[in-house]
Amino acid sequence: MAALTPVFSACSGVQSALDPAGEESGQVARLFWLMIAGGLPIWAFVVALSLYASRWKLEPLREDTAARVIFWGGVVLPVTVLAALLAYALWLMPSLRPFAGSDDATLRIEITGRQFWWHVVYKRPNGVRVVSANEIRLPVGERVEFALTSDDMIHSFWIPALGGKMDLIPGRQNRLSLRATKVGTYRGQCAEFCGTSHALMAFPAIVMEGAAFETWLNARSRPSSGVHAPGTGRALFERNRCGSCHRIAGTQWQSTAGPDLSHVGSRLTIGAGQLASGSEALASFVADAGAVKAGAHMPANSHLSAAELTEIATWLKGLQ
Amino acid sequence: MRHPLPPEIESLWTLFTAPVVWALHFLACYVTAAIFCAKPGLLGNDFFALRTLIAGITLLSLAMIVVAALLAWRQWGFGTGDPPHDDPTRRDRLLFQGYATLLLSGLSFVAVIFTALPAVFLTECLR
Repeated sequence: MAALTPVFSACSGVQSALDPAGEESGQVARLFWLMIAGGLPIWAFVVALSLYASRWKLEPLREDTAARVIFWGGVVLPVTVLAALLAYALWLMPSLRPFAGSDDATLRIEITGRQFWWHVVYKRPNGVRVVSANEIRLPVGERVEFALTSDDMIHSFWIPALGGKMDLIPGRQNRLSLRATKVGTYRGQCAEFCGTSHALMAFPAIVMEGAAFETWLNARSRPSSGVHAPGTGRALFERNRCGSCHRIAGTQWQSTAGPDLSHVGSRLTIGAGQLASGSEALASFVADAGAVKAGAHMPANSHLSAAELTEIATWLKGLQ
Repeated sequence: MRHPLPPEIESLWTLFTAPVVWALHFLACYVTAAIFCAKPGLLGNDFFALRTLIAGITLLSLAMIVVAALLAWRQWGFGTGDPPHDDPTRRDRLLFQGYATLLLSGLSFVAVIFTALPAVFLTECLR
């Protein structure tokens, strides 16, 4: 039993398809348990049969009995079981991949995969557009439609606790629709090998109450007040040309070559799910992003002193 | 006794009739579905027309496989002799081929149904 503990503990947690927090993942989990429930008796039956044949019943069956066993056990049973499983899986398919009509989904999130981070744009039906990165927030109980594409490699967008995965393919837009059913913080992960730091391309997925989500999104549609915070952080950000890749709402920096930093201070993680957010994490990432994430396109800033890094990190953390 | 089936042909090719029907049916289903999904509304047809077409070719394929199975059953002597038919005689060669063809027809029959099954459940093709 002790040996099985790690196996069972993997069934729950922030990144488990067996601990569903969404309608689609609930169906995936049900399909999994159904397969187990269907497969285990068949496995036990086959093992019992081979034990019977090899240990207890050592003389051969009568020819007509053998023919009957082959016909029922080798033809009729597998065909029936496979037909039933195939029909169930096919019947499930449309609801595993529900495509929300434009009036059905209350929120549309556009996600672009980049080595090794996620560009995120929230779009409301009223035209409001909020740019973010490396974190996804969803209102509970509402259907959210994702439009997925990539700028470089094929990536794959997967929040196991909420639903199945869908590839992000350059030059193509794939759609995925999810309805979260439980408030909480989950973890998403790139599920298609995309380079050195593929395994480090993750993101927190936060399911919030509808009202809290509205408040959050409204706040994110305005520039952070931290932009004008006192200190030398902003000047250092400018002098080191961080703005040629990073966008910060309410400033002259509007490039989307790197992750949007408009409200980076309020995110749960830094480096697409790698470090728990905080000034220290920000400072270490700014100093050498490649040390946290091999192959990251952001250059190291080894010329900056510890004090300068702290200034920049403090200013970024203030972008709430 | 006059039989409605055509006269018996002695050729190894009859063995492959059912799998060939299965392969053609597979191609027809996948190619028409792929073209339809890449070009929605092709020639003014909707997805229901595609499903009807797949149902049609499926019934046709199943009918062809049933005919192949009947011919094989006849070649096998309508099940009068038991396998394995492994004597080095012309009769056993014919019976063995008939039996193998009958089994292949059964496999192809099930496979054609499995190939067509998605069209029963999928009601649209969205990109």
